[in-house]
Amino acid sequence: MPPAPPLFEFESVNVGDPEARRLDGLDARLPGTGLTVVAGPSGSGKSTLLRLCNRLEVPTAGTVRHRGTDITERDPLELRREVAMVFQRPVAFAGTVLDNLREADPECDETRGAELLERAALAASFLARDADELSGGEAQRACLARALATNPRVMLMDEPTSALDAKAASVLEDLARQLVDDGTPVVWVTHDERQMRRLADDVLLLAEGRAERAGVPEEVLGDGKR
Amino acid sequence: MESGDVGYLGLAASLVLVAIALAINLRLRLRLERELVVSVVRGFVQLLIVGAALAIVIDPDTSLLWSWLWVVGIVVFAAATVKRRAPAVPGLFWIALAANGVSAAVGFAVTFGLSIFPVEGRTLVPIAGMLVGNAMKSGIVVAERIVEALSERRAEVEARLALGQPWKQASLPIVRSTLRTALSPQIENTKALGIVFLPGAMTGLILGGAATTTAVTALGAVRRLFTSDHRLVALPRSRRDTG
Repeated sequence: MPPAPPLFEFESVNVGDPEARRLDGLDARLPGTGLTVVAGPSGSGKSTLLRLCNRLEVPTAGTVRHRGTDITERDPLELRREVAMVFQRPVAFAGTVLDNLREADPECDETRGAELLERAALAASFLARDADELSGGEAQRACLARALATNPRVMLMDEPTSALDAKAASVLEDLARQLVDDGTPVVWVTHDERQMRRLADDVLLLAEGRAERAGVPEEVLGDGKR
Repeated sequence: MESGDVGYLGLAASLVLVAIALAINLRLRLRLERELVVSVVRGFVQLLIVGAALAIVIDPDTSLLWSWLWVVGIVVFAAATVKRRAPAVPGLFWIALAANGVSAAVGFAVTFGLSIFPVEGRTLVPIAGMLVGNAMKSGIVVAERIVEALSERRAEVEARLALGQPWKQASLPIVRSTLRTALSPQIENTKALGIVFLPGAMTGLILGGAATTTAVTALGAVRRLFTSDHRLVALPRSRRDTG
């Protein structure tokens, strides 16, 4: 049996003008299962890589494949529902949390809403809460529930804890781990090495828009004495 | 003054107002005296030239074709002005040209179709000026505001796109609020009719024309700011995370 194609594969990918490339000839593969951390210093192209995966950006050159298929051959709206994304800062839409869930799934009733919130560690009572009035951690979890409402097969998380306190960040890390355990691969962007070590099954390290190293955390990050 | 001519006395009176503005500027040290004088002189010269040309165009002995050409010129100039004010929108000139053209066409259809005024140079050109001038102002407000709003609320739009919403749905809350912002001054003007503004037969048409232009420009501009694969294009002042 041939090996399963990678979750995402980047082949000679450039993004941006030649004088200001955000990705510069990127060749990389993200494994088909588990939690992959994409790491690197600020400006290394981590967020750009993530945005390529759900086609919020397109390469100026090169190819991005999702499970072996060039993503330009996929319907972008269908792809985005399959490859969900949680952003760095939670963006609550106007209305209640249930209204927010209905933006992703117009058929979402209170029962389904409560199930989605439970997967994001929020009580069902949050459904009626005004989304603008949630704390940072609650809002980010509501955004995770909203992203789950499209029944995604992949979850992209772009530094989702960078605006949260340690306790809220820990809850979100546990939720990401739970998603992986339930069979949904997660691609998590961070520049926090300790978080990387806690979370990663695999690491892709970027530098100046290129893949510097890739593999299991012990290989990529060394013994932790760096 | 029944003829509408402005005599030397009227001209002198308007210069008194300019002098007052200059005095306020100097007193408050606003440093706008150069711009003020240049704009007054420029406006004066422009009006002299345009006035002389207009006098020939609307003369009853001149062919009506020249008046229609003048109207076309107004519509094209208005479209170019809208384009200049919101250069981030690709193809905005053509959108504004269509929007202003539709406004003028609807206004003419009502005004001349219902025989409110006869079709003459002295009615055609000023009515076009009022309709298109007002529509142009609305077009500028809505085009500028659409770009600003999509830039400021880029995170919200992209969060919606990431849920698989098509660009029309993802931009709808922004289009709605922009249209409200752009149309509210026109609606306020209508409310104040007869109190602050002189009543005029053209008010309804002007409001209708502005609403048409606003809607056509907003929808046309938004369409051009998204790609065919439902991505929001790069916009001025938008903050992009390059992490």
